[in-house]
Amino acid sequence: MGALLDNLAPLLQGLLTTLWMAALSAVGALVLGVVVTAMRVSPIPVLRGVAFAYVQLFLNIPLLALLVLFVFALPDAGLLMPLPMTAVVVLVIYEAAYVAEAVRSGVNTVALGQAEAARALGLTFRQTLGSVILPQALRAVVQPVGNVMIALVMNTSLFAAVGIVELTSAANKTNLVHAQPIPIFVGAGLTYMALALLIGLGTGWLERRVAILR
Amino acid sequence: MSSVLYDAPGPRTRRRILVWSVLSVLVLAGLLGLGLWQFASHGQLDAAKWAPFTQWPIWEYLFVGLLGTLEAAAYVAVLSAFAGIFLALGRLSRVKPLRWVATGYIEIARTLPVLLMIYVTLFALPSAGVNLPLLWKLVLPLTVANSAAFAEIFRAGILSLPKGQSEAAVSLGLSGAQTMRHVVLPQAVRHVTPSLVSQLVSLLKDTSLGYIVAFTELLYRAQVLSAYNHLLVQTFLVVTFIYLVCNGTLSFAAHRLQRWERHD
Repeated sequence: MGALLDNLAPLLQGLLTTLWMAALSAVGALVLGVVVTAMRVSPIPVLRGVAFAYVQLFLNIPLLALLVLFVFALPDAGLLMPLPMTAVVVLVIYEAAYVAEAVRSGVNTVALGQAEAARALGLTFRQTLGSVILPQALRAVVQPVGNVMIALVMNTSLFAAVGIVELTSAANKTNLVHAQPIPIFVGAGLTYMALALLIGLGTGWLERRVAILR
Repeated sequence: MSSVLYDAPGPRTRRRILVWSVLSVLVLAGLLGLGLWQFASHGQLDAAKWAPFTQWPIWEYLFVGLLGTLEAAAYVAVLSAFAGIFLALGRLSRVKPLRWVATGYIEIARTLPVLLMIYVTLFALPSAGVNLPLLWKLVLPLTVANSAAFAEIFRAGILSLPKGQSEAAVSLGLSGAQTMRHVVLPQAVRHVTPSLVSQLVSLLKDTSLGYIVAFTELLYRAQVLSAYNHLLVQTFLVVTFIYLVCNGTLSFAAHRLQRWERHD
């Protein structure tokens, strides 16, 4: 316990890094994911193809391989950004594919009659998607998207492998100095569990609030 | 399906779709060109930098890594599927302590980052006198995480079966264990085969963490290779492509299975 309390400052610093990077990535992934879904259901074949390829590409490549590629390899091609920015961009690109899959399953749950009614009212495709389909689809996928967000928080731990000192890395470094693995790793593990629980409770609350009662 | 969002296009809409298609192709081509130009202007497209990858020894070197990836994935898949079945049964059991233990394990293992568990096997266990062989430093944490995921898939499969199945089995005089083994599990596993294959893809991706353990798998081999030939961009792009082909094949199989199940 002592090792945990003595090193609270670096561990909290790591937690803070985890939190802001996860929050930034979550916002980015949600926005990009919805855009990709919109492209995937659009009437324009090229955009549908691009969105499909995007999702397949990033569902099938390991996040760590992407991180290593972007952080260590691409600077050789002149694509250099600050390290935290690069990591967040990679995580956004990667998780957006999962968000897109979840949202698309939501679009598929919206009853056929809804789109037909919207068209009968004379709404254009953009209006149909924006005011009728997506609002209902997003309400249906609060839970699955919440699970993607939990995975996103867990995946920020991979940033440790490319040299960002977030919670996992901070715990590891503290342990290497003080050799007190049990309190440090258990503390870090409990923190991640608490974060997952918070997201789970948050999505549960949100789902109850936005659910459509029929 | 997605096509219900719009009617069959008339002449005006067809024209508009054409315009938008051409525009998006132009934008895409522009982005691609910009990327290629960026690569070319830093000499990353030089023939000399790609020539090594036309030679067999390099591929052979990477394929040894791929073999390591597949070996680790096979261990993790078998062990976690096996553990997953028992965890799912435990979580659905009528014995309360068993249910608590299984539920607790699943909920904890699902919300711990794999990398944190890998650091524990790398740095915490050895100081407690447990020094696992390299392969198991990767396989053990991945199994802990994936067994929970497999358990949830199996549980969903078991719960998806109509209650009549187990009721019929019991009325035929089968014991609880026999009902599970001969009636419920075979059907449940068939129901969730697509999810199991998707989990296999996710597990194969997770083995890239061997990079941190220094276990000879694809990504680690790529790192060693790039340290030797200094072709970082090329090596990691090639490795990303290999991952894409392997997992793409698996994902495609999962998709086909899903369609086949639906026709069934």
